[in-house]
Amino acid sequence: MDDLIKYAPDLAAGFLVNVKIALVCAVISLVLGTVLVSFRVSPTPVLRAAGTVYVNVVRNTPLTLVLAFSALGLSDTIGLTFSEEPSTNGFWLVVLGLSAYTATFVGEALRSGINTVPLGQAEAARAIGLTFLQSLRLIILPQAFRAVIGPLGSVMIAMIKNTTVALAAGYLADSAFVMKDTFDDTGVSIPIFIGLVLAFMAVTLPVGFFTGWLSRRLAVVR
Amino acid sequence: MSSTVLFDTPGPRARLRNNALTLLAVIALAALAYFVYVKFDQKGQWQGKIWKPFTEATTWTEFIIPGLLGTLKAAGLGAVCALAFGAVFGLARLSDHRWIRIPAGTVVETFRAIPLLLLIFFLAYLAPSVLGSGDYTLAALVAGLTLYNGSVLAEVVRAGVLAVPKGQSEAAYAIGLRKGGVMRLVLLPQAVTAMMPAIVSQLVVLLKDTALGYIIAYVDLLNYGFKIIPAVFFGSLVPAAIVIGVIYIGLNMALSALATWLEKRSRRSRKTAAGPIAPPGAVGVGAGAGLPEQSTM
Repeated sequence: MDDLIKYAPDLAAGFLVNVKIALVCAVISLVLGTVLVSFRVSPTPVLRAAGTVYVNVVRNTPLTLVLAFSALGLSDTIGLTFSEEPSTNGFWLVVLGLSAYTATFVGEALRSGINTVPLGQAEAARAIGLTFLQSLRLIILPQAFRAVIGPLGSVMIAMIKNTTVALAAGYLADSAFVMKDTFDDTGVSIPIFIGLVLAFMAVTLPVGFFTGWLSRRLAVVR
Repeated sequence: MSSTVLFDTPGPRARLRNNALTLLAVIALAALAYFVYVKFDQKGQWQGKIWKPFTEATTWTEFIIPGLLGTLKAAGLGAVCALAFGAVFGLARLSDHRWIRIPAGTVVETFRAIPLLLLIFFLAYLAPSVLGSGDYTLAALVAGLTLYNGSVLAEVVRAGVLAVPKGQSEAAYAIGLRKGGVMRLVLLPQAVTAMMPAIVSQLVVLLKDTALGYIIAYVDLLNYGFKIIPAVFFGSLVPAAIVIGVIYIGLNMALSALATWLEKRSRRSRKTAAGPIAPPGAVGVGAGAGLPEQSTM
């Protein structure tokens, strides 16, 4: 218990990094996932194929590989840098990898959401003369989003837990790294582990409850 | 010719517009590909000498195949243990006795909520202090994979048994079977068929998660690709990453294809009264079917 109290500031700072990564990734992956799903249902075969290939390649790659590649491959070898400051650069590399990975799951969830929109909705949209983008934006996607709030919540919870893999990208600041670092000092400490687990639960459980409540509230009654 | 309801069968003007869009998309994608190619070229990533190791048999026999075996060993052990864990805890959660049901539920919900990497780190540090010094990377990795994926599989097992219509167990009790017999002879055989696709999908997750072993220095495919091969063949990091990436993607796509095939089969199957269980985290596809199901491959 003493270890937990002694290292609490470090652990809290590490956990805050996880929260920061999660917040930025949530926004980027939702936007990217929506773009991806509009590619996958678009009338242009090339875009459909590009979307499908991207989803299948990235979704089947381990996140650890994605993150390690974004740091060692893209940044160190190819020279893609976001900032001169190594810690800022590391942060954005993690965000890049994790968002690119999470967006595929967001896209897949939305695609199943589009499948739940009844045929008549799309037919009616076409009948009143809406173009593809208009019917997607005004008719299909709003209903698809409402149908998959629950699953999107699960995707976001998985993403929050995945922020711990940040140290695969050489970004040594998040709570998993701080925990490892602390264990190197003090040896294994059960209170520290439990403290961190509770911290993660304190974030993921409300996200689960909130999206569950929201999905019931916004469910499309048919 | 794929037909979808989101847009009409194109007329002359729409065809023209589509063709223009296709052209634009092709140009944009080609520009992107060219940009990546040039960037890689500037850093000399297409030089023959850093790709050459991958055309030699010894690179494969000494580095890639041992790495793949390390990954498959962790995945295989993890899969067997996770399936056992999932079966035990899934059935325990369905128990009639509260003193079995509640602890099992607590264990499952807890391990599902813990970030897997934290769990693996914790186990990797815990093992030497409890069991004495030694190499516990594989044990920690497998134990972590078992506890997390086993908990997810426990939920799949529970959902599978609950998906069998009530009439089945009522009929089984009516012909005089006991609790064990109802479960063993009637419910489980039907539930297993229904949950096969979800189980295989979770095994894909498990296989991908073995890559976390890289972080605790377990010698798997990722470790060979990112640490050992670039150390032996200087500068070969990007080629190695691409080669092992292709191996991971191939393995996972093969497993995913198996899951899709099993799902189609269990949808047709008349051996079970239960519909297929959705993989955990997947979205139920409603009756709308606004779009033709695209193949996942």
